[in-house]
Parts: sequence; structure tokens; C-alpha cells
Amino acid sequence: MSIACELSNPNLKKTKAEKRITTKILLIRVLCGLVVLWLCLSLSLGFLCICKKKESASDDESSSSAKGMLFRNQKNVSRSEIDAMLSLFFDSNQVTSFECRKESDGITCSLSTRSEKEEDEEEEEAKRHVVAELMSSSDNDEEGGVLHEVVLFYVINKWHWWLVLCVLLVGGGRMIFARKEVSSFVQDKQQQQQQCKRAGQWRKNMLLLCIIAGVSFSVLWFWDTNEEILFQRKETLTNMCEERARVLQDQFNVSMNHVHALSILVSTFHHGKTPSAIDQKTFGEYTERTNFERPLTSGVAYALKVTHSEREKFEKEHGWSIKKMDFEDQTLVQGFDPAPVQDEYAPVIFAQETVSHIVSVDMMSGKEDRENILRARALGKGVLTSPFKLLKSNHLGVILTFAVYNTNLPHDATEEERIQATIGYLGASYDMPSLVEKLLQQLASKQTISVNVYDTTNASSVIKMYGSEVGDMSEEHISSLDFGDPFRKHEMHCRFTQKPPIPWLAILPPGFALVITFLLGHIFNGAINRIATVEEDYQKMMELKARAEAADVAKSQFLATVSHEIRTPMVGVLGMLKLLMDTDLDAKQLDFAETAHGSGKDLISLINEVLDQAKIESGRLELENVPFDLRFLLDNVSSLLSGKAAEKGIELAVYVSSNVPAVIVGDLEDEILKQRLGSDETSCNTLSGYPAVNASGSWRNFKTFQDHSCDKTELLVTVEDTGVGIPVDAQSRIFTPFMQADSSTSRTYGGTGIGLSISKRLVELMQGEIGFVSKPGVGTTFSFTGVFGERERDSSVTALELFDQSIQEFQGLKALVIDSRNIRAEVTRYHLQRVGVSSVDIASSLATASTSCASKLVNMDLILIDKDAWNKEEYVAFNSGQETSTRPPKIILLATFTTPAELSEIKSSGLVDEVVMKPLRMSVLVCCLQETMGSGGKKRQTNRKPKNLGNLLRGKQILVVDDTMVNRRVADAVLRKYGALVTCVDSGKAAFAMLKPPHDFHACFMDLQMPEMDGFEATRRVRDLEEEMNKKEESRKWHTPILAMTADVIQATNEKCIKCGMDGFVSKPFEEEELYSSVARFFDK
Amino acid sequence: LHAMNTVVAQLQRRFQDYLVSLYQQGFLDNQFTELRKLQDEGTPDFVAEVVSLFFDDCSKLINSMSRSLERPENVDFKQVDSGVHQLKGSSSSVGARRVKNVCISFKECCDVQNREGCLRCLQQVDYEYKMLKTKLQDLFNLEQQIVQAGGAIPQVNIN
Repeated sequence: MSIACELSNPNLKKTKAEKRITTKILLIRVLCGLVVLWLCLSLSLGFLCICKKKESASDDESSSSAKGMLFRNQKNVSRSEIDAMLSLFFDSNQVTSFECRKESDGITCSLSTRSEKEEDEEEEEAKRHVVAELMSSSDNDEEGGVLHEVVLFYVINKWHWWLVLCVLLVGGGRMIFARKEVSSFVQDKQQQQQQCKRAGQWRKNMLLLCIIAGVSFSVLWFWDTNEEILFQRKETLTNMCEERARVLQDQFNVSMNHVHALSILVSTFHHGKTPSAIDQKTFGEYTERTNFERPLTSGVAYALKVTHSEREKFEKEHGWSIKKMDFEDQTLVQGFDPAPVQDEYAPVIFAQETVSHIVSVDMMSGKEDRENILRARALGKGVLTSPFKLLKSNHLGVILTFAVYNTNLPHDATEEERIQATIGYLGASYDMPSLVEKLLQQLASKQTISVNVYDTTNASSVIKMYGSEVGDMSEEHISSLDFGDPFRKHEMHCRFTQKPPIPWLAILPPGFALVITFLLGHIFNGAINRIATVEEDYQKMMELKARAEAADVAKSQFLATVSHEIRTPMVGVLGMLKLLMDTDLDAKQLDFAETAHGSGKDLISLINEVLDQAKIESGRLELENVPFDLRFLLDNVSSLLSGKAAEKGIELAVYVSSNVPAVIVGDLEDEILKQRLGSDETSCNTLSGYPAVNASGSWRNFKTFQDHSCDKTELLVTVEDTGVGIPVDAQSRIFTPFMQADSSTSRTYGGTGIGLSISKRLVELMQGEIGFVSKPGVGTTFSFTGVFGERERDSSVTALELFDQSIQEFQGLKALVIDSRNIRAEVTRYHLQRVGVSSVDIASSLATASTSCASKLVNMDLILIDKDAWNKEEYVAFNSGQETSTRPPKIILLATFTTPAELSEIKSSGLVDEVVMKPLRMSVLVCCLQETMGSGGKKRQTNRKPKNLGNLLRGKQILVVDDTMVNRRVADAVLRKYGALVTCVDSGKAAFAMLKPPHDFHACFMDLQMPEMDGFEATRRVRDLEEEMNKKEESRKWHTPILAMTADVIQATNEKCIKCGMDGFVSKPFEEEELYSSVARFFDK
Repeated sequence: LHAMNTVVAQLQRRFQDYLVSLYQQGFLDNQFTELRKLQDEGTPDFVAEVVSLFFDDCSKLINSMSRSLERPENVDFKQVDSGVHQLKGSSSSVGARRVKNVCISFKECCDVQNREGCLRCLQQVDYEYKMLKTKLQDLFNLEQQIVQAGGAIPQVNIN
């Protein structure tokens, strides 16, 4: 994928790029992993929180407190009841214990009045019971909830892990895929680009997947939390509903129990005593006083069972007739008709004050009551009627009826026995709405839910006993109510009064998660796009780099080709010049020719320089230590540059301090100087001399440092000019290759801008430093230092020997320099001293010379006048003053740039003896002086070198190896000409055989390209053989100089030659000078 | 004797002019001059010998190269290249400038394995060397005539 696409051809780069990209991918994966981990953590934390909250919520709130209250209620009831009992039966002291049965919950509590302690204990126990029971019930509920949660959590967790697994799988698969791709990587650019795109696509897809995962996670989270909230709400409803139902039921049961107790009271005190302890008054009073115990009943009444046969007796006894219940007439009391004849009657004999109007009313005459009575006596329990409108209050109500038996019946008594034993009925009417109302008043948060109570005995027609149709109809909880009558079924319906609120808790966190997901998505999308662009750019850069490299190769090839091509015509130029120099020439002509020849050679070396730059760039250039004469070299430099300088109207001068040793050892320094001067000229066009130089102070081109202690000399070379200077902003990049002061400079001044960078590197190689000071408009001073060795004057090195004789001649001459500029005069003096003119005087102008130095002028041999100080009139005057002299001094005019016409005019005027063109050079000066002084001549122009070559080669045994007959023959003839004894062979093998030591050959010229065994191979073998021989015998070291003969003068070939053990290198066909210099190294001594 | 002298002088001038023309037309270069310098009393026929060697070489090499280039497929450019190299070396040794120049372009063709170009160059080389051969034959004939007439071979300054 991306790895592959970032690669270019070389393997090395591949691995590098691969590494980098892998780390990048790894980083992204780690990031993804972190995000997933974070999600994971937050998810599980969230779930934990929810669980805890729920637990605590269900724990404290609903159940226990409410139930506690309920219990307290119950306790209150029983206590007050007992109080009432005690107060009522204080005198009798008969009843001391009371039993209460709580059937519905299965809790039995027996209360005792004997001691408070006991009672308390009982209470404690009961409390414990109740609490335990309630706890267990709530536990059950909770368990369900927790279970639900756990399952949900598990599922979600699982889903979550699946997601993680999926991501890992996809990632892993991708990785493996990528590995495969890398391994089967082919260097096809097209494919690379495709892969690159595919990688980008993959990343996009991954991102999309992540975003989808994030969104779905958020949605799921929301859904889950919402469910949770709904569930909680429902649970709250259930709890509240159940609580209300239980409270209602308990209250009801308490009342019922009391009624039951009342029935037993009646049976005990009315029927069990004769005479009866209860009459209407007692009953009314008691019931009225204990009414708080039955807060739900509107009244209680006791009816006696009266058969028809007993009716008359009964009516007589009580003094009233049994009346029939009348439902049409709601205005009670007056409107009761006598009850019709029936088998049995149930006239009310006692009634609470509130319902005293029903005394004497036959309960059997009411339909509901009759049924109730019949069921009550048959069951022996309290029974309820279906709800109906109560007689007086017009509220919906129910009647509770208990049968009163004359005997204490066993539990398993039959229906018949019960009916037989029945002696009366105790009834109580319950006012349902007020009952429920009262109850709800006691409970907390009654506003939040609305409660409906229904009688559902008849499933088809449900009777509403309490409540209104308000509230949120969507949610409803139904709790069944058990009022102790198995025949009747009641239900409580609860619902919230308000609609559920907007679940912010469920919305906000997932919302944030969603936002974060999108933000991350946005960020990653940006990153991916950036990566894509970067990759694309990288591709482009690689392509450009490849192209640049190709261009570089092309450049090198071009340079090699061009240098090769330039060599060819240059050989012609040089050859012709050489021929010219062989002809009869006078000293001046010879100088011209030599200059031309030298310039030609310089051109070739310039080409080599270009190759050098390439070499330096690759760091392969090494300096060669060769002794040289600095002054002579600087002459050459200035001569080379004189043409250019003259063209530009620049005056050039060189001055070497006398401290500088004559011969120093170092690499051929002229390169660097030329570079320096050359670059100055090309880049800044500032190589100017005198005209303005006096403004900027001293003229010190060359100076040594004081440090002379060891063999090493440190040279300081300064090149000053008075040109335009280098702009300040360009100064920082002046040493960068191909960088000129600004791009327009090349247009204005030309040049490549390579010179200074070459200079810098060369100086660095010489352990020196290069620097410059430049002021725009004033000029630039470049200076560099270099460390060189020092050596005694060696005639073989310096070119001075040529002039030695002349210098001898010039010893003792006296000269006067007339120059308006001091510095220039100093330079002239320096040059004159070089050629041996020991005493040099300086005058600033012709006039001052003629006046102040008149006395000196007498003995002068030479007068050098600068052209700036030249003035014909003055000169005439000056000259006339000299006429008296016996031997007039020779007059030499120093000219900077003069047109030939002007020159010839001056010459023809006969006023001066000679005109010398600047820059001054030793050779020029010597020639000029020789000519003017009349010494010297053409006789010295003998060609010494061929003689030298002959001397070198005479009598030497030389082996020539070439496969071409013609070449062999020519080489043979050339070498023979110089007196060598030549043996020719035509192949590398033959040469190898001939050069097997011991042999007599002094040298071997070897062609390189030969069939079978080429020159390199042959040389290598010969060298191997020689080494072997050298190991065997210590007496003589075998090393036959082997020189390559080749037509291709390329650096590479040269290097290859040296590498395989050759000693040198001559071009084919032989060039005398080159041959000489190559051979001289071996035969010199 | 005078007549003899004028004949010799004429021959000498013709020889001179002819030689100069050879240089001017680019058949020969400086190396030939060098070669001529090498000829002295010890080796009177040195130039002729070398030149004939060169021509023999040429014909041999050209034959072998044309054989190599005969079939359009399976051209052994390496062999051709070595032939061209030899030819180039020997022609530059002799100073046969035009042959040498053709050899240079021949070598380039060879480097890029251009068979068509090689064949063209081969023809050109063939032509050039034969041309040179006749020219030099003429020159040597003139030389011989001069010698027979009792004259000395003049030194020719090619400038």
C-alpha cells in the first residue's frame, strides 16, 4: 500500500521509506486503539454508574420508608384500639388479651395488654417480620431489574468486544495484505500510484467505518439509557402503586378486623350474657368512641336473626315492627314500610349513631344485603357487597357483613352448622372514595400518580369505585387488592399524572459522543487528506529527484563529451603554436606564441577544472604537493587574465611581499588564484587596479604571516578591487555554487558563479580560510590563507633559470619609476627588483623628476614612465634636461591599454625606447630590458627539450604493446628517434610473457584495448608477478614502469589505469612534450 | 643538368602542392607530418611501410566488419566495435584524418547498436581509405620520381 507507493527504484530507499510509513501506520493504529479503549472504559463506567444508582434508588426510597409508615400506622391502630378497649371495659377486667390476625400477609401478631414490655417485644418482632417480608419482596423486584441490567450490559459489552475484534481483524488482515504487497512489490510507477490511491481509499473506508461505529454506538447508548429511564419510571409506578394498594388493603383489613372484633364483642356481651350487657345506647356509645379505629366505615349496625315464627314475639319485645328497606325513597326514616312476610328477617337492633336510622330495618329485604348476609353466615368470614350508592351519603360504598354465631364454631364447621349457629349479623358500610382519599392523603408524592380502584368481580362489567380518568394513559400499573372476601375481586389502577419528561440524561452524553465522533472524524479526515497530498507530493518529488539525477548524469556526460570535443581542436591549436615556436622567432614573437600556447593549455586545464568541481562535489579531490614558484605562477596568472582585464579596461597588478619564500610546496596554486581572480571578475566585474585603489588604502596582495617556525608557511593572499562591491544581502550566499549576487548579475557580468565555491573548497583542502570584506561602491577584498611547505630554491622547478643569465646582466642597473600613484610605483619597483634591478627610485611626475631628482638622473640606466604620468610636452622638457648626459638612460613607457595606433605613434616618435604593456611580468620585463639594453638575442632560442628526451631515452630498452601494426610501427619509430631500443609485441599475452622478470626492459608502453588480454589485465598480471618475485628475492625490486597509450583522454580511464597498477598515461599518437614529462619521472635520475 | 634541375624543381613543387592539398582537403593531419619526420636515412621507406601496413589493416578489418554486419540479426557489435577501435587507433597513428573522423562516427553508431548507421559508416570508411590509398600512391609515385630524378624530397611546412 502506502509503503509500496513511496518507493523509488533503489532498494535502500525502499526499506527506509517502508520503515517510515510503517511507523506512521502504527501511530494511527495506536491512536485508534486508544480511542477504542477510551470508548470501552467510558462504556463500562457508565454501566457501573447506572447499576449503582438503580440499586440505591430502589433500596432506600420507595419500599422501606413507606412500609415503615404503614407499620407505624398499624401499630398505632392496635395501640389505640387497645386503649379504647381498656377504657371501655375498665371495671370488668375481663379481657386482657387481644389477638389480631393479618391474613393477607400471613403475619400473625398477638398483642397483650398485660405488660408494655411484652407488647413492645411483639411489636419488634412484627416489625422485623414486616421489614423482612418487605425486603424480600423488594429484593425480588430488584433482582429482576438487576438481572435485566446485567443481561443488557453483557449483550452490549459483547457487541462492543465484537466491534473491537472486527477492527483488529480488519487491521490485521490489512497488515498481512500490506506485507504481501510489499513482498511482491514490483517497480512499476503506475502500480505504485494505484497502490497509493488504494491506500488512501482504505484509510477513508476505515474512517467511514469508525464514524459509523461511533454513530451507532451513540444511538445504542441513547437507546439503552432511554430504556433504562423508562424502566425506572415504570418501576417507580409499580412500586408506588403496589404501596398504595397494600396500604389500602391493610387499612381495609384493619377495619375489617375491628368489625370482626365487634362481632365477637356482640356475641360475647349481648348473647353470652343474660341479661344482655349491651343495649342500643351502649352499642352506639362504644361504636362512636371506637370509630377512630375504623376510619373507613361510615357506620356499623347489628341485626338479629329472626325467623318468621319469632317475628311477633320479637316485634313485641322491641316495641317496633320490622321494616322493609326502601330503595326508591331516598328520604329515609319516615318511609319504611313494614317488612313483607318472609321466612327470616334480619332487623337491625343496634346501630352506630351515624346510621341509627336503620334500626328496625330488615336487612334481608335489601337485595345486596340479603346476599351478603347469606354468604357471611355460610362462610363465617367477613363478606363484601359489590359497590353501590350508600343510602345516606350517596357515595359509592360497600357493606361488610360478619355473621355472629352463638357458639364458638370450629374452623372446619360445615355450612349447615354455621347457618344453624347464626344468631345475628354485624354490618359495616365503607365509604370507598373517602376511604381511598384519606389513605392517599397519608402517602408521599400523591400528586405524581392518580389512582383508580375497580371492582372486577364481574369481568364484563367493571365497577369503578374511586378515581378519575386523568393522567398519562400510556402507562398504567394494575395491582390486585384483597379485602378479605374471596368472592370479590378488586383492582387498583395507577398512572402518572404527567407525561414523561424529556430524557436529557439519555440524550446528552450520547449526543456528546456523537459530536466527538464527528469532530474526530473531521480531524482524521483532514489528516488523511493531508497524508494523501503529502504522499502525492512525495511521489512528485521522487520523480523530480529522479529527473534531476538523470539531468546530473546527463550534465556529467555532457561535460565529459564537451571536454573531449574541445580537446580535439585545442590539440590543433596547440600543435600549430608549437610548430610556430619551432620556427625562427625573435624573443617577442616567441613570447606571444608562448602566451598563446599557455592560454591554450589553460583552456584545457579549465576544462579539467570543471571536472574538478564535479570531483570536489563528490569529495574525491586530493591535493598533490608539488614545489612551485609563487611569483612565477602569479606572472602566469596575470598574463592569462591580462587579455580579459584589458578588454574591460581594468588595470591589473601583482605584488608579492619579500617575506614570501621563493619556492613553496603545495598543490599547483595557480588554479586557485585564477579561480579567485577569475571569479572576482566574472561575478563582480571589479578586478580593477590603481585608479581608485588609493582611496581604500594599502595595496598588499601577498603577505606571509609571522609564523615561520616550522617547515610550514602560512600564506595570506589578498585580492583587492575597487569595483561595484557585493550587495550586502548577497554576501551570505556568495560561496554557494552557481549563485551570483543576484540573478541579473549573470546577465550583466556573465559567469557561472561556480568559481568562488571551487575556491572555497580548495582553500578548505589547504587547511585555510577564505573570507571577504565588501563595501558596495568602494570595492571588495577577498582574502584567504593556506598552509604550504617551504623549500630551498630548486632550479629544476622554477622557470627562472631561463632568465638567470639576463638577471645577471641586469644586476647593478639603476632605474627611476615615474608614476603619479604610489602604490603602482611600488608594484613596478617590486617587478624591477625581481629581474635584478637593485636600486629603484620613485618620482611622482616628470616635472618633479626633472627638478628634484635631477642630480640622480645622471646615473640612471632606465627610466620607466607610467602612461598616466606621460605628457609629451613635459617629457620633451624633461628630456631636454638630460641631453647633457653622455649616456642617456633608456626610456620605457608602461601602458595599461593602448590602441595599436597610439602605440606605434609613440614608438615612431622615437621619444621612447620601448613600450611595455601591463600587467608587468618577469618574462616581459626581461625581454624588454634585453631588447632595450641591447643584450640577449635569438641565439638562446634553442629547443632543448627534444635533446632532453633523447638523452632520457637513449639506450633504454622499451617494450611497445599494441595490437595494431600501424600503431606499433609508429610508436617504434618515434621512440627509436629518441634513441630508445624498442621491442614490439602485438598482444597483452605476449607482453606479459616478455615482462616476466628477469628482463631488461626499462619501460613499457601498453595499449589498453586489445583482444584477448587488454592492457589493464596484462598490467595487473605483470604487477602480480613482480610482487611474487619481490617476495622471493630481496636484492632487487622489480617495478617496470608501464604507461598506458590511449586515444581517449578521459579522467575515468586515467583512474582505471592507476588502479590496475600503471604508472602513467600518454595519449596516442605521442606528443613530444607529454611523452617527455611522462617518461622523465622514471629516467630522470 | 639545368633541365634536370628544372624537372626536379617542378616535381618538387608538384609534390609540395599535392601534399599541401592533401592536408587542406583533410585527408591528412599533423601526425602524418610527424611520421614523415621519423623517416630518415636508416629507414628510407618508413612512411610507405607504415602506410601500406595501415591499408592492409584497413582492408582486413573492413572485411571482417562487413562480415559481422552481413546478417541483419545477431550482429556482434562487440567485434565490430573492437575493429572500429583498432581502425581508429591506426588511422590516428598514421594521420589519416578523414578515416579517423569516419571511425569516430562509426564508433558512435556501434555504441548505440545502429546497424544501418554502421553499414553506412563502413561504406564510408571503405571509400575514404581507398581514396587515401590512391592519393598516397600518387604521392609516393611523385616521391619516387623525384628520387629517380636525383632530387631530394622537400620539407613541406604545412601552415
